[in-house]
Amino acid sequence: MTFRRYLILGAVMVGASVGDTFLSAGMKQVGPVSLHHLLSLLIALKNPWVLSGIFFLVLFFASYLTALSWADLTFVLPATGFGYVIIALLSKFWLQETISPARWVGIALITLGVGFVTHGPSYTNHNHPGTEDEVAVSPNARELTAAGKEDKSA
Amino acid sequence: MNLSGQAAVWSMIGVIVLLATAGDVLLAGAIRQIGDFDVIRSHSGLKGAIFAVLRNARFFSGVLCMALSFFSLLFALSWADVSLVAPASAALTFVTNAFAAKWILKENVDGRRWIAAVCVCTGVFFLSR
Repeated sequence: MTFRRYLILGAVMVGASVGDTFLSAGMKQVGPVSLHHLLSLLIALKNPWVLSGIFFLVLFFASYLTALSWADLTFVLPATGFGYVIIALLSKFWLQETISPARWVGIALITLGVGFVTHGPSYTNHNHPGTEDEVAVSPNARELTAAGKEDKSA
Repeated sequence: MNLSGQAAVWSMIGVIVLLATAGDVLLAGAIRQIGDFDVIRSHSGLKGAIFAVLRNARFFSGVLCMALSFFSLLFALSWADVSLVAPASAALTFVTNAFAAKWILKENVDGRRWIAAVCVCTGVFFLSR
Protein backbone atom coordinates (compact mmCIF):
# COMPACT_ATOMS: atom_id res chain seq x y z
CA MET A 1 0.00 0.00 0.00
CA THR A 2 1.38 3.38 -1.04
CA PHE A 3 0.74 6.65 0.81
CA ARG A 4 -1.54 7.78 -2.06
CA ARG A 5 -3.72 4.67 -1.62
CA TYR A 6 -4.04 5.32 2.12
CA LEU A 7 -5.17 8.86 1.19
CA ILE A 8 -7.87 7.40 -1.12
CA LEU A 9 -9.08 5.10 1.70
CA GLY A 10 -9.13 8.19 3.95
CA ALA A 11 -11.29 10.01 1.38
CA VAL A 12 -13.69 6.99 1.36
CA MET A 13 -13.98 7.23 5.18
CA VAL A 14 -14.33 11.02 5.38
CA GLY A 15 -16.44 11.57 2.22
CA ALA A 16 -19.43 9.45 3.25
CA SER A 17 -19.59 10.54 6.89
CA VAL A 18 -19.06 14.28 6.30
CA GLY A 19 -21.40 14.19 3.27
CA ASP A 20 -24.20 12.56 5.29
CA THR A 21 -23.69 14.99 8.20
CA PHE A 22 -23.81 18.06 5.89
CA LEU A 23 -26.90 16.71 4.04
CA SER A 24 -28.63 16.14 7.38
CA ALA A 25 -27.75 19.68 8.58
CA GLY A 26 -28.99 21.17 5.28
CA MET A 27 -32.28 19.24 5.23
CA LYS A 28 -32.99 20.36 8.82
CA GLN A 29 -32.71 23.97 7.59
CA VAL A 30 -34.90 23.25 4.51
CA GLY A 31 -37.60 21.59 6.61
CA PRO A 32 -39.87 18.58 5.97
CA VAL A 33 -40.72 17.74 2.33
CA SER A 34 -44.20 16.36 1.56
CA LEU A 35 -44.62 13.34 -0.74
CA HIS A 36 -47.09 15.42 -2.80
CA HIS A 37 -44.55 18.22 -3.37
CA LEU A 38 -41.40 16.30 -4.28
CA LEU A 39 -40.35 19.09 -6.67
CA SER A 40 -39.71 21.25 -3.64
CA LEU A 41 -36.64 19.02 -3.09
CA LEU A 42 -35.03 21.09 -5.88
CA ILE A 43 -35.17 24.10 -3.55
CA ALA A 44 -32.93 22.13 -1.19
CA LEU A 45 -30.21 22.31 -3.87
CA LYS A 46 -29.88 26.05 -3.14
CA ASN A 47 -28.84 25.28 0.43
CA PRO A 48 -25.02 25.51 0.86
CA TRP A 49 -24.96 22.62 3.38
CA VAL A 50 -26.85 20.36 0.94
CA LEU A 51 -24.51 21.37 -1.92
CA SER A 52 -21.44 20.72 0.26
CA GLY A 53 -22.95 17.36 1.29
CA ILE A 54 -23.45 16.36 -2.36
CA PHE A 55 -19.84 17.44 -3.12
CA PHE A 56 -18.50 15.18 -0.33
CA LEU A 57 -20.73 12.25 -1.44
CA VAL A 58 -19.44 12.59 -5.03
CA LEU A 59 -15.89 12.61 -3.58
CA PHE A 60 -16.78 9.46 -1.59
CA PHE A 61 -18.16 7.65 -4.67
CA ALA A 62 -15.14 8.52 -6.85
CA SER A 63 -12.70 7.39 -4.10
CA TYR A 64 -14.75 4.23 -3.47
CA LEU A 65 -14.64 3.23 -7.16
CA THR A 66 -10.90 4.06 -7.35
CA ALA A 67 -10.22 1.93 -4.26
CA LEU A 68 -12.21 -0.97 -5.76
CA SER A 69 -9.96 -0.86 -8.86
CA TRP A 70 -6.92 -1.98 -6.81
CA ALA A 71 -8.46 -3.55 -3.69
CA ASP A 72 -11.04 -6.22 -2.86
CA LEU A 73 -14.57 -5.36 -1.73
CA THR A 74 -13.89 -7.08 1.62
CA PHE A 75 -10.83 -4.79 2.04
CA VAL A 76 -12.62 -1.52 1.18
CA LEU A 77 -15.90 -2.08 3.08
CA PRO A 78 -14.46 -2.02 6.64
CA ALA A 79 -12.96 1.34 5.68
CA THR A 80 -16.45 2.65 4.89
CA GLY A 81 -17.54 1.34 8.31
CA PHE A 82 -14.92 3.62 9.90
CA GLY A 83 -17.16 6.51 8.78
CA TYR A 84 -19.47 5.67 11.71
CA VAL A 85 -16.54 6.29 14.07
CA ILE A 86 -15.86 9.68 12.44
CA ILE A 87 -19.53 10.67 12.86
CA ALA A 88 -19.44 9.62 16.55
CA LEU A 89 -16.21 11.59 17.16
CA LEU A 90 -17.58 14.65 15.30
CA SER A 91 -20.71 14.53 17.46
CA LYS A 92 -18.58 14.29 20.61
CA PHE A 93 -16.00 17.02 19.90
CA TRP A 94 -17.93 19.35 17.55
CA LEU A 95 -21.57 19.02 18.65
CA GLN A 96 -20.63 18.29 22.32
CA GLU A 97 -22.85 15.19 22.44
CA THR A 98 -22.27 12.51 25.08
CA ILE A 99 -20.92 9.14 23.96
CA SER A 100 -22.05 6.21 26.11
CA PRO A 101 -19.61 3.41 27.14
CA ALA A 102 -21.39 1.04 24.69
CA ARG A 103 -20.61 3.48 21.85
CA TRP A 104 -16.93 3.65 22.88
CA VAL A 105 -16.91 -0.17 22.68
CA GLY A 106 -18.41 0.11 19.18
CA ILE A 107 -15.76 2.66 18.14
CA ALA A 108 -12.99 0.39 19.48
CA LEU A 109 -14.38 -2.67 17.63
CA ILE A 110 -14.70 -0.85 14.27
CA THR A 111 -11.18 0.61 14.64
CA LEU A 112 -9.86 -2.88 15.47
CA GLY A 113 -11.64 -4.35 12.41
CA VAL A 114 -10.25 -1.68 10.07
CA GLY A 115 -6.77 -2.13 11.58
CA PHE A 116 -6.97 -5.90 11.02
CA VAL A 117 -7.94 -5.67 7.36
CA THR A 118 -5.60 -2.84 6.32
CA HIS A 119 -2.56 -4.76 7.59
CA GLY A 120 -3.39 -7.68 5.30
CA PRO A 121 -3.15 -8.07 1.50
CA SER A 122 -5.48 -5.74 -0.42
CA TYR A 123 -6.22 -7.61 -3.63
CA THR A 124 -7.02 -11.15 -4.79
CA ASN A 125 -5.11 -11.56 -8.06
CA HIS A 126 -6.96 -14.09 -10.22
CA ASN A 127 -4.79 -13.76 -13.35
CA HIS A 128 -1.17 -13.33 -12.33
CA PRO A 129 -0.61 -14.72 -8.83
CA GLY A 130 2.57 -13.58 -7.14
CA THR A 131 3.35 -10.78 -9.59
CA GLU A 132 2.60 -7.98 -7.13
CA ASP A 133 3.77 -7.30 -3.60
CA GLU A 134 0.41 -7.15 -1.89
CA VAL A 135 -1.93 -9.76 -3.28
CA ALA A 136 -4.06 -12.35 -1.54
CA VAL A 137 -3.74 -15.41 -3.76
CA SER A 138 -6.96 -17.40 -4.00
CA PRO A 139 -6.80 -21.18 -3.39
CA ASN A 140 -7.81 -21.79 -7.04
CA ALA A 141 -4.96 -19.59 -8.28
CA ARG A 142 -2.47 -21.51 -6.09
CA GLU A 143 -3.66 -24.79 -7.61
CA LEU A 144 -3.34 -23.37 -11.12
CA THR A 145 0.19 -22.12 -10.41
CA ALA A 146 1.20 -25.51 -8.99
CA ALA A 147 -0.28 -27.27 -12.04
CA GLY A 148 1.61 -24.90 -14.37
CA LYS A 149 4.92 -25.61 -12.61
CA GLU A 150 4.33 -29.36 -12.87
CA ASP A 151 3.62 -29.01 -16.62
CA LYS A 152 6.85 -27.08 -17.15
CA SER A 153 8.95 -29.57 -15.18
CA ALA A 154 7.39 -32.46 -17.20
CA MET B 1 -44.93 -3.49 17.86
CA ASN B 2 -46.78 -6.81 17.28
CA LEU B 3 -45.36 -9.96 15.65
CA SER B 4 -46.58 -9.16 12.11
CA GLY B 5 -45.22 -5.61 12.45
CA GLN B 6 -41.82 -6.96 13.48
CA ALA B 7 -41.89 -9.45 10.60
CA ALA B 8 -42.61 -6.56 8.18
CA VAL B 9 -39.70 -4.50 9.58
CA TRP B 10 -37.24 -7.41 9.34
CA SER B 11 -38.49 -8.26 5.82
CA MET B 12 -37.81 -4.67 4.81
CA ILE B 13 -34.35 -4.81 6.42
CA GLY B 14 -33.76 -8.01 4.39
CA VAL B 15 -34.74 -6.23 1.14
CA ILE B 16 -32.41 -3.28 1.95
CA VAL B 17 -29.51 -5.65 2.75
CA LEU B 18 -30.06 -7.74 -0.41
CA LEU B 19 -30.19 -4.68 -2.68
CA ALA B 20 -27.15 -3.06 -1.00
CA THR B 21 -25.15 -6.29 -1.30
CA ALA B 22 -26.15 -6.71 -4.97
CA GLY B 23 -25.14 -3.09 -5.61
CA ASP B 24 -21.73 -3.47 -3.93
CA VAL B 25 -20.97 -6.77 -5.68
CA LEU B 26 -22.04 -5.48 -9.12
CA LEU B 27 -19.97 -2.29 -8.68
CA ALA B 28 -16.93 -4.23 -7.49
CA GLY B 29 -17.34 -6.72 -10.37
CA ALA B 30 -17.64 -3.85 -12.87
CA ILE B 31 -14.50 -2.10 -11.59
CA ARG B 32 -12.60 -5.43 -11.56
CA GLN B 33 -13.66 -5.90 -15.22
CA ILE B 34 -12.43 -2.38 -16.09
CA GLY B 35 -9.07 -2.72 -14.29
CA ASP B 36 -6.77 -0.50 -12.22
CA PHE B 37 -7.75 3.18 -12.67
CA ASP B 38 -4.12 4.30 -12.18
CA VAL B 39 -3.04 2.21 -15.19
CA ILE B 40 -5.99 3.38 -17.36
CA ARG B 41 -5.33 7.00 -16.39
CA SER B 42 -1.65 6.76 -17.28
CA HIS B 43 -2.61 5.45 -20.76
CA SER B 44 -5.69 7.50 -21.64
CA GLY B 45 -6.03 10.21 -18.97
CA LEU B 46 -8.85 10.97 -16.55
CA LYS B 47 -11.42 11.21 -19.38
CA GLY B 48 -10.44 7.72 -20.55
CA ALA B 49 -10.96 6.32 -17.03
CA ILE B 50 -14.39 8.02 -16.75
CA PHE B 51 -15.46 6.73 -20.20
CA ALA B 52 -14.31 3.22 -19.30
CA VAL B 53 -16.63 3.29 -16.27
CA LEU B 54 -19.56 4.86 -18.17
CA ARG B 55 -19.36 2.22 -20.94
CA ASN B 56 -19.80 -0.65 -18.46
CA ALA B 57 -23.38 -2.02 -18.16
CA ARG B 58 -22.63 -3.84 -14.88
CA PHE B 59 -21.67 -0.49 -13.32
CA PHE B 60 -25.13 0.95 -14.08
CA SER B 61 -26.84 -2.21 -12.70
CA GLY B 62 -24.83 -1.69 -9.49
CA VAL B 63 -25.81 1.98 -9.26
CA LEU B 64 -29.48 1.02 -9.87
CA CYS B 65 -29.38 -1.57 -7.04
CA MET B 66 -27.73 0.97 -4.68
CA ALA B 67 -30.38 3.57 -5.57
CA LEU B 68 -33.18 1.03 -4.96
CA SER B 69 -31.55 0.10 -1.64
CA PHE B 70 -31.42 3.80 -0.66
CA PHE B 71 -35.11 4.35 -1.52
CA SER B 72 -36.06 1.13 0.33
CA LEU B 73 -34.22 2.53 3.37
CA LEU B 74 -36.09 5.84 3.05
CA PHE B 75 -39.40 3.95 2.72
CA ALA B 76 -38.60 1.79 5.79
CA LEU B 77 -37.60 4.87 7.80
CA SER B 78 -41.01 6.42 7.11
CA TRP B 79 -42.76 3.81 9.32
CA ALA B 80 -40.06 1.98 11.31
CA ASP B 81 -37.57 3.14 13.98
CA VAL B 82 -34.38 4.64 12.56
CA SER B 83 -32.46 3.29 15.59
CA LEU B 84 -33.27 -0.28 14.44
CA VAL B 85 -33.40 -0.08 10.63
CA ALA B 86 -30.26 1.98 9.91
CA PRO B 87 -27.72 0.09 12.10
CA ALA B 88 -29.27 -3.36 11.49
CA SER B 89 -29.16 -2.97 7.70
CA ALA B 90 -25.64 -1.46 7.76
CA ALA B 91 -24.26 -4.17 10.07
CA LEU B 92 -25.88 -7.09 8.22
CA THR B 93 -24.61 -5.74 4.87
CA PHE B 94 -20.99 -6.16 6.09
CA VAL B 95 -21.58 -9.88 6.69
CA THR B 96 -23.59 -10.58 3.50
CA ASN B 97 -20.95 -8.71 1.48
CA ALA B 98 -18.21 -10.94 2.91
CA PHE B 99 -20.17 -14.05 1.81
CA ALA B 100 -20.99 -12.54 -1.61
CA ALA B 101 -17.37 -11.47 -2.17
CA LYS B 102 -16.18 -15.00 -1.35
CA TRP B 103 -18.72 -16.92 -3.46
CA ILE B 104 -19.48 -14.51 -6.32
CA LEU B 105 -16.34 -12.36 -6.73
CA LYS B 106 -14.08 -15.28 -5.67
CA GLU B 107 -12.14 -13.02 -3.30
CA ASN B 108 -9.76 -14.64 -0.86
CA VAL B 109 -11.71 -13.87 2.34
CA ASP B 110 -9.20 -15.14 4.89
CA GLY B 111 -9.54 -15.28 8.69
CA ARG B 112 -8.30 -11.70 9.02
CA ARG B 113 -11.13 -10.39 6.80
CA TRP B 114 -13.81 -12.50 8.56
CA ILE B 115 -12.64 -11.10 11.92
CA ALA B 116 -12.73 -7.56 10.46
CA ALA B 117 -16.28 -8.07 9.10
CA VAL B 118 -17.50 -9.42 12.47
CA CYS B 119 -15.72 -6.61 14.42
CA VAL B 120 -17.21 -3.88 12.21
CA CYS B 121 -20.68 -5.52 12.29
CA THR B 122 -20.61 -5.80 16.12
CA GLY B 123 -19.15 -2.27 16.37
CA VAL B 124 -22.02 -0.80 14.33
CA PHE B 125 -24.47 -2.65 16.63
CA PHE B 126 -22.84 -1.13 19.76
CA LEU B 127 -22.68 2.36 18.19
CA SER B 128 -26.45 2.30 17.66
CA ARG B 129 -27.14 1.65 21.38
